[in-house]
Amino acid sequence: MAKRFESGLEAIRRLDLEVADGEFVSLVGPSGCGKSTALRVIAGLLAPSEGTVAFPGGRPEIGFVFQEPTLMPWADALGNARLPLELKGVSRAEAEGRAKRALERVGLAGFEEAYPRELSGGMKMRVSIARALAAGPKLLLMDEPFAALDELTRQALNDDLLKLWREDGLTVLFVTHSVFESTYLSTRVVVMSPRPGRVFDDIALTQPAQRDEHYRMTAEFGREAARVSKALREAIEEGSE
Amino acid sequence: MSRTLRILIPIALGILVLALWEAAVDYYQVQPFVLPAPSAVWIAFIGNFASLMTSLWTTLSITLAAFALAVIGGVALAVLFSQSKPVENALYPYAVVLQVTPVVAIAPLIIIWVGFERINVALLIIAWIVAFFPILSNTTLGLRSADHNLIDLFRLYGASRWQILTKLQLPTALPYLLGAMKVSGGLALIGAVVAEFVAGSGTATGLAWRIVEAGNRLQIAKMFAALGLLSALGIAIFFALSWLEWALLHKWHESAVRKAG
Repeated sequence: MAKRFESGLEAIRRLDLEVADGEFVSLVGPSGCGKSTALRVIAGLLAPSEGTVAFPGGRPEIGFVFQEPTLMPWADALGNARLPLELKGVSRAEAEGRAKRALERVGLAGFEEAYPRELSGGMKMRVSIARALAAGPKLLLMDEPFAALDELTRQALNDDLLKLWREDGLTVLFVTHSVFESTYLSTRVVVMSPRPGRVFDDIALTQPAQRDEHYRMTAEFGREAARVSKALREAIEEGSE
Repeated sequence: MSRTLRILIPIALGILVLALWEAAVDYYQVQPFVLPAPSAVWIAFIGNFASLMTSLWTTLSITLAAFALAVIGGVALAVLFSQSKPVENALYPYAVVLQVTPVVAIAPLIIIWVGFERINVALLIIAWIVAFFPILSNTTLGLRSADHNLIDLFRLYGASRWQILTKLQLPTALPYLLGAMKVSGGLALIGAVVAEFVAGSGTATGLAWRIVEAGNRLQIAKMFAALGLLSALGIAIFFALSWLEWALLHKWHESAVRKAG
């Protein structure tokens, strides 16, 4: 797949990517490598200039989480989480129930009536994730969702995300520029090089089933992170040549 | 405590100024056709109470009708603009022309066209022209200001244009609209007053005309009474709209949050 904008900007030269059900794939790369564009093309928000995005078995339900929480300030947490169901014409009672469960799952039980301005950055992101989960997606696309959060909040959300991924059997495509985050979360890291974007390396990680606080401190994690880091450095060098 | 003071201090200052004014007029024996004492203004107000209230009602009803039509028309046209770029490109320049042409200059023309026998309709149109543009331009801006990622999200879930308009663009535009309404409410009053001045003798019966009439007869105290009513009307409109803004926004909007804090 390739994407060139009308302005002539070539965002993605060649992105050849096959993702299996249940994988957690991170797209890592320096800014300008077309990671975000790739997600938007996959979501169907942008049309590819060349190539196709194919889903065997039809287009699945897709959830999208942006870098910013992107909440409606005039709606409370429940109203925001309910949005996808509301737009799909699900009855109000059912939508409320499902949105409420989604909020519980991201640890926001009791905050249904809180407005975005009353919530911290991390909690807003949790509402955003609940909104993506509310419609019961098979594929979750996340565009640097935790980039603006502090380290502790970020780690807590990483752990929660892994839990949701395991419980729901989701397929996740996760854009980040953090080596550690991608190493910690993914079963596979795709490193992209910039201007125009293309796949530089595709690294399958050997991950323990249970990843937690301790895993971050192990030599094993360090080795895996070093592999990703090295590939990213080479991708940047290649891009600057 | 500080809240009470914030209300009491301006009131105390007002009373002080009125007292000094009264004393000065009395002490220097100022002629009432130059500057009447506050007490004389009060007597004129009570003495002309019925006619002043009738005039207040005339001006108020023209102002409110012009304002309501400006809000309805401005929002409707802004929604139309947001749905069709060609319509916006075609009509917006004319809306600007209407706005930048001084209303005093077009007022006589409108009055002639509509006719003196329907003077209130003419006054309404003039006040509407003045009040209309801020609503149109701010609402247009507000409808365009919807978060792009949210628009993408709506599209991802297959939202229709109607859903995007009602669930995303209109709520986004609400603070812009309410801000414009505060400006526009005052402008509708100004428009009504200017129109009455232009309409002139024997036709208009609003507060502005009472001012002209009283001025011509050197009834300066009555002039002050009408002027005071006009200010009170403007203040009432402003506070009513500020309250509306607070009522609709205080739960979620940053501006209202800061005001409350």
